[in-house]
Amino acid sequence: MATNYEDRQRGGGYDSDDDGDRRPMGGRGGGRRMHRRRVCRFCIDKVDLIDFKDVKLLQNYLPERGKILPRRISGSCATHQRMLAEAIKRARNIALLPYTTD
Amino acid sequence: MDTKRQYEVVFIVDPTADEDVPKLTESFSQIITDQGGVVTKAETMGKRQLAYEILHHKDGTFVLLEIEGSGKEIAELERRMRVNDRVLRYITVRVDEDRRRAEKLKDRRARKAAKRPAPGEHRRRGPAMEFAEASGE
Repeated sequence: MATNYEDRQRGGGYDSDDDGDRRPMGGRGGGRRMHRRRVCRFCIDKVDLIDFKDVKLLQNYLPERGKILPRRISGSCATHQRMLAEAIKRARNIALLPYTTD
Repeated sequence: MDTKRQYEVVFIVDPTADEDVPKLTESFSQIITDQGGVVTKAETMGKRQLAYEILHHKDGTFVLLEIEGSGKEIAELERRMRVNDRVLRYITVRVDEDRRRAEKLKDRRARKAAKRPAPGEHRRRGPAMEFAEASGE
């Protein structure tokens, strides 16, 4: 039942700029870790308010299972993740977004 | 509470009672104004598919009301919507605090941008340069 976020990430609409590779480089131990900067999309776009009626936007953060995409995948900052989660929950309440999908 | 609060109310109307939507919106707006509130915006968001079934309905008409008032008209409105069979679901969200907060963040950002010189400018006239000028070099 595990949702493979890594796979989804390649095909999905959300931020592709996360830390896809935490593995050490090469075969040798203690190799340098590749670090790609994760950035909050909302901070870049200077979003102050996330509207629960904006289904198109929210859907990007709702993988096929219907769960809220975790920060560690999307790279959202805490403030925006909180706003996002709140908006998704409101949208679910009025059937704009699903609670679950099977 | 004398401060005005702003609310967003979204409700879903039974799609089989589609022609009642304007009438329903009108009567809800009337309730608000009767209670001393102001309807700042009434917008039909149209018919759309529901993400899940509500009372065996697969779609519904979404209506958005933006209301300004003290809060007691919301109580009355919700009570009316609860007993109305044609309203499948409603949600009320208080938005004034969030909007104020967004405004504040925007202001702060604007001020920050105004204070900080443009990146190119900064490189040309840094403190080191000013020091060099002051010491006559």
